[in-house]
Amino acid sequence: MAWPVPDINDDNEAFWTGGRERRLMISLCEECGYRTHPPTPRCPSCFSDRVAPNPVSGRGRVYSFTINRREWSPGLEVPYVIAVVELAEQPGLRLLSNIVGCVAEDVSIDMDVQVDFVERPPAFLPVFRRSAG
Amino acid sequence: MHRFEERCIISGIGQSEVGRRLEKRVMALTLDACLEAIADAGLQPKDIDGVVSWPGAVSRAEGLAPPGPGSSGPGVHAVIDALRLNTTWHYGGPETPGMFAAVINACLAVAGGLCRHVLVYRALNEATAWRMATERVSVDPQGVVGTMQWMLPYGAFSGPNWMGLWATRHMHEFGTTREQLAAIALNARRNARLNPKAVLQSELTMEDYLSSTMISDPLCLYDCDIAVDGATAVVVSTRDHVTGMPGIPIQIEAVGSALHGRASWDQWLDMTETAAAHAGSHLWSRTDLQPADVDVAGLYDGFTVLTLFWLEGLRFCGRGESGPFVEGGARIALDGELPLATSGGQLSAGRLHAFGHLHEVCLQLRGQANGRQVPNAQVGAVSAGAGPLASCLLLRRT
Repeated sequence: MAWPVPDINDDNEAFWTGGRERRLMISLCEECGYRTHPPTPRCPSCFSDRVAPNPVSGRGRVYSFTINRREWSPGLEVPYVIAVVELAEQPGLRLLSNIVGCVAEDVSIDMDVQVDFVERPPAFLPVFRRSAG
Repeated sequence: MHRFEERCIISGIGQSEVGRRLEKRVMALTLDACLEAIADAGLQPKDIDGVVSWPGAVSRAEGLAPPGPGSSGPGVHAVIDALRLNTTWHYGGPETPGMFAAVINACLAVAGGLCRHVLVYRALNEATAWRMATERVSVDPQGVVGTMQWMLPYGAFSGPNWMGLWATRHMHEFGTTREQLAAIALNARRNARLNPKAVLQSELTMEDYLSSTMISDPLCLYDCDIAVDGATAVVVSTRDHVTGMPGIPIQIEAVGSALHGRASWDQWLDMTETAAAHAGSHLWSRTDLQPADVDVAGLYDGFTVLTLFWLEGLRFCGRGESGPFVEGGARIALDGELPLATSGGQLSAGRLHAFGHLHEVCLQLRGQANGRQVPNAQVGAVSAGAGPLASCLLLRRT
């Protein structure tokens, strides 16, 4: 199957291509310091328009996860882990992503993870691996 | 408080045949349901002056409710034209607080004086569409746009993936078990065996459930509803019509439609609840009735776990207590304190996208549910939606 990739545009380019430099780019408000994802033209906390993509550490914890076992399309390799990861920088700052590099059944809530990138042209998908914390 | 609901009744209901392999196509099913509802209300098509559907004729959408194969049904314009209706208001659209927004929009049109009789319908032909589809995942070659770009590239393709995340977190925080999810599925199947129109009638045991195929942990095959072809319609009328109608009017007692969290699947903050918590609180703020007054409920069950979220959201139990509430199934059975999914619900009767529950609860309140009738049902609750999408209705026999 053809794996879905994002349509890159001015709004999402920093997020989807930051992985080329191995950077996870998350929108930061230069006025109040609040981070938000997905990026929007105004800070949702103070409504300033001084927002811009900015790198984060890539450290996080698993908030929740599911193991997809269904071959939704012919050739889809299963199982794989879909997770919501909370980034270290701010409570509630989250990404939906994949946990890679470990047995699916070993993933658990609150597990420490670190970002990695999978090149899937034109995007570099931020994914996460288990880390020592 | 001004309550527009008091001016609105459900005057008629209709439902087409429902099945996995029907001769009729979806427009024919839609018109069957609509004409049945109009006649049931004691009306003729010429009396209908409003039409609303969810989601309308949508083949592509960037919002939170992207249509899948067979999920949108004929649009409002097609139905108006087919029945040669003369309307003062019509609307179809998917960007709403869940599917019952169609009913709420109809109520607003009636209460606002724009219409007297609004036809509301929901039609699907997902059984046929999925049988014909070669790809279960439709991929836009230009790349994914809108909110789905945050999920599809990670293989979060379908409802079980999204709701699996919610289910895992609910289990983690509250100790909810698979056996408790199973109680929802088993209850639906028991009730379906009393409903001749239900598509799944064979006995379902706990052993069947626990040994079935896992789809997206912790949700297995029997946690998922079953695609069908079928259409449901209701007529929302001004309360003045009570004296002129032949049947039993159902009063709209209260609606719930609030969303107080992020309008997002992947960015939802607290995955131990859904927008059901907001819509449920909203509903109870609009009535003097209490959860204990409800005699029968059709809570959304696109996945078993969604019924748990609605039980908590509509305060039939405390937060985190829905698992123990349903465990064993006695409380939610036909003779229990809160009979749920009395038609078999979407899990066993078929995925009519909340409108099956609405039709069934109206039958129950009218005393017309035959072998599965809840004795003396006076007040009913129905709900629609998952994640950030939620709406609910409280209905009362007049």
